[in-house]
Amino acid sequence: MSGDTEGLQARTRLKGALASLEPRYVWEVGEKAVRAVLFLAAAFAIVMAIAIGLSLLGPTVSFFGKVSPLEFFGGTIWSPDIPVGGSVQFGVLPLMVGTLLVAGASSAIGLPLGFGAAIYLREYAPGRVREIVKPVLEILAGIPTVVLGFFALLVVSPFLQSWFGASFFSGANAIVVIGIMIVPIVSSLSEDALTAVPTDLRDGALALGATRFEATTRVVVPAGLSGIGASFLLAFSRAVGETMVVLIAAGQHIRLHFNIFDQMTTMSGFIAKRATGDVPSGTPVYDALFAVGFTLFVMTLLLNLTSNRLRSHFREEYE
Amino acid sequence: MSMGVIIAVIVVIAAVVGAVAYYAFVAQGGAEIVVVDGSSTVFPVTFAWAEAFNVPGQRQVVVRFSGTGGGFEKFCRGETDLSDASRPIRQSETDLCTSNGITGIEEFLVAYDGLSVVVNHNNIWAENLTVAQLCRIWTSNTSAGACGGAGAHVTRWNELDPNWPAQDINLYGPGTDSGTFDYFVEVILDPFDEAITADFLPSEDDNFLVQGIAGDQYALGYFGYAYAIANPASLKILAIDDEDPANGDGPILPSEETVKDRTYAPLSRPLYVYGNGRSLGRQVVEDFLRFGFSSQGQVLVGQTGYVTLNANEVQAQLAKL
Amino acid sequence: MKLRSLRLRKAIEVTFVAVFLISIVVALGTLAMLLGSVVSTALPYLRTEVVVNYASAVNPLQAGYAAAIVGTLWVVGLTLLFSIPLGVAAGVYLEEYAPRSRLTRFLEAGVANLAGVPSVVFGLLGLALFVRILRDITGGPTVLAGALTMTILVFPYVVITTQEAVRAVPASLREGALALGATKWQAIRGQVLPAGAPGLLTAVILAASRAMGETAPLIVIGATFFQSYLPSDPRSFFVALPVQIYGYVGLPRQDFLDLNRNGILDPGEPLLASGGWPGVAAAGIVILLVILFAFNIVAMVARNRMQRRRL
Repeated sequence: MSGDTEGLQARTRLKGALASLEPRYVWEVGEKAVRAVLFLAAAFAIVMAIAIGLSLLGPTVSFFGKVSPLEFFGGTIWSPDIPVGGSVQFGVLPLMVGTLLVAGASSAIGLPLGFGAAIYLREYAPGRVREIVKPVLEILAGIPTVVLGFFALLVVSPFLQSWFGASFFSGANAIVVIGIMIVPIVSSLSEDALTAVPTDLRDGALALGATRFEATTRVVVPAGLSGIGASFLLAFSRAVGETMVVLIAAGQHIRLHFNIFDQMTTMSGFIAKRATGDVPSGTPVYDALFAVGFTLFVMTLLLNLTSNRLRSHFREEYE
Repeated sequence: MSMGVIIAVIVVIAAVVGAVAYYAFVAQGGAEIVVVDGSSTVFPVTFAWAEAFNVPGQRQVVVRFSGTGGGFEKFCRGETDLSDASRPIRQSETDLCTSNGITGIEEFLVAYDGLSVVVNHNNIWAENLTVAQLCRIWTSNTSAGACGGAGAHVTRWNELDPNWPAQDINLYGPGTDSGTFDYFVEVILDPFDEAITADFLPSEDDNFLVQGIAGDQYALGYFGYAYAIANPASLKILAIDDEDPANGDGPILPSEETVKDRTYAPLSRPLYVYGNGRSLGRQVVEDFLRFGFSSQGQVLVGQTGYVTLNANEVQAQLAKL
Repeated sequence: MKLRSLRLRKAIEVTFVAVFLISIVVALGTLAMLLGSVVSTALPYLRTEVVVNYASAVNPLQAGYAAAIVGTLWVVGLTLLFSIPLGVAAGVYLEEYAPRSRLTRFLEAGVANLAGVPSVVFGLLGLALFVRILRDITGGPTVLAGALTMTILVFPYVVITTQEAVRAVPASLREGALALGATKWQAIRGQVLPAGAPGLLTAVILAASRAMGETAPLIVIGATFFQSYLPSDPRSFFVALPVQIYGYVGLPRQDFLDLNRNGILDPGEPLLASGGWPGVAAAGIVILLVILFAFNIVAMVARNRMQRRRL
């Protein structure tokens, strides 16, 4: 009967489709298992990212029930505890500007320094120098952030006060110290990226008459751009997320301004202050923490999506 | 040597060290543990007590400092036994406790701190301030009737006294998340029903406030007594006049005596430790508090830079146990 | 590109090399300043007591970091144990197995986003999840909870570093193995991972450094400041070096506390060096850096050997 033939055809097609999934060789079973395990690991990463996003979302929603998003995103005064002009103010713009200024300026210091250090270590430094300097630089990465904040206030601040007329707590304190702090991230990862470039590329350029510098900048660096870009991104993210240094050394200005030599707060600094402070939970003053955190989360997500797009374009294939 | 060998060596060494450490100290397990959390101002007191009270293998008091508010949050979830606090517990926090089944909350006074108003030691003009003047310095109210009629917010030294310099008063103080801040507002500004100004340099760490004031001739700030007297070469403490003749006449400098007999007012700040029904029911917790109020415990309080209770107050606390 | 004279090109090179050299000097110089001030403050306190004793509230000369050292080693050890396999696995998957699609790019961005989250937020997450919800497994604010929290914190660094390390391995290694009949996993395990091992070690170093130095998340989840016993298993309460250092930094300098009040020094004894508590804090920092440095040296030696074998 025709119905039966169709059923038979359907079953055969289904069998054919499923057959490609069935292991044909012994080793394929292991392969699938490995792939599943690795997938779970990656899934864990995503689950964590989502978990953080969600945990921030709940109190954020409750916060926006009490404070209007318009005031939050449009207001230029941030004073959640002390009334200014009659009421507490929840304008997040000063925090955003603070974050961008501090992260941006410290990256402007740290990325070039780290990059320059990486190039020097890889291309020009004698072996012994490299062997000593690289681990010493990595020590910078391990200094407790509390110590760096301490350092910013006791050593960097007096210097900035006398040379630039900065105030005791200033954004510039944090900028200088965070800038130095992210150098090892950039230098270590960039240097690994440069090392990974096959020497024939470099040798070829040199053989063609390039100076060492030209070979490096025109051949090796473009080849390692993916890793270098990743290091820049990680370093910038670290600068954005840094809490202790800002909390201790940058102060707490509440109005929108661009003067790094005056007090500044960043979104991360505020979150840390609120989380380790004395304010009772459940109030809008406390929930402001989550609202700011969520905003920061979304901001960095957009940044990462764009940069990921760019990085995909620069994936270099050797050979 | 290949990578595998290096790793193997490291793992073996780590395992050996770990095993030795474990077995050498495994006897420490089984001790009764008391968890204390809360204010970073009060923790030196419970810390000093714990240090002397702990006996390895028998009783261990573990001390943390999540902040007064954070401490209460954990206390009200039953995660801690005692909560250090630089301010009294709030109604909202008591409600949280009750809703979690934590009842029988008992407040213990453990020490006093003479909150000191401090200026740079090169500040040769100011010697003392009245509470009303302090209010004027720290309020945001710019109307002439502020601070009970004393006058509007002042920004310069010469607005308080025409003989003083025509310079801005640079204010330093603890941040809004600190119990010290809450207390200062409560005793200096709240009595006049004024709000605090936002125009000061805040820091969570009193040592940094010291640093800031020490470097600024026109600065004024406030923090705990221990920090104020630790730096006589760079700071000067102002005497405070609470304008209440019943409580000691004229401006009074903070010292152990004036804080103890409460003539240094209103800035003699009480420090508390809270327990609840469940924790206080444990013998080890009661022993710990008894130790704290014993003469040895009181000596320790003095060594941390705070002022001890007088004999009557100690009796009153012991009666609560 | 117009032709430049050799002289000009050499001049450009020399200028830039000088700039690069200055970069290193600036970074190292700042580090030297920092270390110099820390070590000089710590010097009077670098005695055996500071490593063997427990913390002290009243006598800076007796204060020690024994519990904190063991606690930090426990937390960092467990963090590495959890985060390295997990992070490497995730990185390998994202780089080798995941199809090049928009979804993958979105996932990668999500992972990278974790790197920018303020460390304190991980502490809050750890408190809610590991200390409270999973209390039965972790036992509350214990070593295990701390390690799990730090694992999530260092995780994105490990993943991204692994991805880059794997990405940098020449395709010829991978394809050669496949051409010889290996499965994908055999090719990865036999050729790609060993070739990318130096990069993976960098990931380990960065992760360990981060885990050792973070303060705020550990305070939030409930790391102790003072306990006078060593953590004996993953379910013990713990002290961490950065937390204890932070605690000491907050105590007042004791140069000039009235000697009679103090009652612990003879009037004849010199005043406490380095102001007492700041000196103890500095000693703690030195201890932390020594541990870090030792760890880095081992990893670096291993990494050097691996990199030297490559051409």
